[in-house]
Amino acid sequence: MLKDYSFDQTAVQTFDDHVALALKTEDLQVYYGNNHAMHDANLAFPKNQITALIGASGSGKSTYLRSLNRMNDTIATVTGKIWYHGVDINQPDVNIYEIRRHIGMVFQRPNPFAKSIRENIIYALRATGIKDKKVLNQRVEQSLKGAALWDEVKDTLDKSALALSGGQQQRLCIARSIAMEPDVLLLDEPCSALDPISTVKVEETLLELQKKYTIIIVTHNMQQAARISSQCAFFHLGHVMEYAPTATMFSTPKIQVTQDYVSGSFG
Amino acid sequence: MNAKRKDLLATIIIDVIVATVVGILVFLLAYILISGLPHVSWSFLTGSADSFSGAGGIGVQLFNSFYLLILTMLISIPISLGAGIYLAEYAKDNWRTRLIRSAIEVLSSLPSVVVGLFGFLLFVVKFKIGFSVISGAIALTFFNLPLLTRNIEESLSAVSRSQREAGLSLGLSKWKTEIGIILPVALPGIVTGVVLSAGRVFGEAAALIYTAGQSAPVTNFADWNPMDAASPLNPLRPAETLAVHIWKVNTEGLASNAAQLSAAASAVLIIAVLLFNLFARVLGNYLYRRVTASK
Repeated sequence: MLKDYSFDQTAVQTFDDHVALALKTEDLQVYYGNNHAMHDANLAFPKNQITALIGASGSGKSTYLRSLNRMNDTIATVTGKIWYHGVDINQPDVNIYEIRRHIGMVFQRPNPFAKSIRENIIYALRATGIKDKKVLNQRVEQSLKGAALWDEVKDTLDKSALALSGGQQQRLCIARSIAMEPDVLLLDEPCSALDPISTVKVEETLLELQKKYTIIIVTHNMQQAARISSQCAFFHLGHVMEYAPTATMFSTPKIQVTQDYVSGSFG
Repeated sequence: MNAKRKDLLATIIIDVIVATVVGILVFLLAYILISGLPHVSWSFLTGSADSFSGAGGIGVQLFNSFYLLILTMLISIPISLGAGIYLAEYAKDNWRTRLIRSAIEVLSSLPSVVVGLFGFLLFVVKFKIGFSVISGAIALTFFNLPLLTRNIEESLSAVSRSQREAGLSLGLSKWKTEIGIILPVALPGIVTGVVLSAGRVFGEAAALIYTAGQSAPVTNFADWNPMDAASPLNPLRPAETLAVHIWKVNTEGLASNAAQLSAAASAVLIIAVLLFNLFARVLGNYLYRRVTASK
């Protein structure tokens, strides 16, 4: 039986002015129809770090993540502010297609296009107006190297991406996202459909990628959060309960519900 | 009865049903081919029919059938593609789209004779186009559209939502995602729909009697300028198709060998449909391989 935890007591860290932030939300609310799925999310994400969003199923962490690049636009109502480079991008007149090029996303299940490996990466690039073959080939190589997939696929770039293994497909999806040269990379449980060996590879890739990108990753795997993230936010039933450096959160959680979750009492 | 026996019984029943269906199909095909093929000759395939007795070859009719089919497809594929994409991707679920959907269903259950008479009154008489290939093609488009639209909508809807999310998350517009990513994946399903509707169009007679007409004026196959009256490509000339020809020979034919003529024409019709299906499949597979880079 899940205990009734009070939502009044939360412990959400804020950052000093000298910490460079990639993204910040203010009083973010998400409604699915009448269902209030996310309450007052006030989170700031430091640049070039991995932030993990953890919590049980239905805690709102994926909902929150998908709001950050406006992927929830058609299915939910999102109010509040999302600050990105001094602009509130949660406004109706913001160009969402432009936003999504700066804030990339990788999904739970690998979803490569039914195209060749090369086409998977350059299709969206070409749509942005890059036509030069040399530039495109360069981006293919760079992004595949960035996602630690280059050595495995460099000889089969024109083969179908669907022939790759699940782990390779997921790294291709990461490569496809970073080929757009985004600032922020959002990952929604990227390893939940992968085996442990593929998971290790994706995690190593992410640790490498944080040098260039700000990464926000949703995971239901606490070990994974502990392994790769610097900051960690704990979500519970649509509320952000605690947000702290990962080491602190796992060793000395400030509130009861976090303590119970990280010690495995529920979730 | 235990589970194993039930399973065995069910399997037997299913086998019998399948065998019956396949048997009927094979019997029909064999009957038509065996009774028709002996009367098919090169001069029959290329010669022109005597418009009064119905005797002679079916060259012009065969050409008319293909020409009409291609013209119909040229008109109906773009329209149904647009409608299918709209219904699958853009239409919100409200009373208006429900109305559109029911209208499509009604249109698909319209008897072809009614479509033919409508085409006759509107295009042939009112617009004064006369019995012509183009009148026939537009009439056929009418009952081709609902099938194709439905088929395209369903093929598109069957593509996983995660593909759409992938496209959108890369900053692609909805339209670009739809055309560049979803459509190629849905292509095999769409080709199947086109093949099925092509078979219907090819075999259609009732709607064409009143629109494309029952006469096949001798055409000059050396003249490929669509503007010339005698050119086979002229869309404004009357064009009796193979299916209409079979109907005419059987009902009005004065030739002594009318039965053999119609049997031979039927065999040619069936073979033409089979060949067209084969061609469409090969083309569809080729396109699919090109766009998806799969083997």
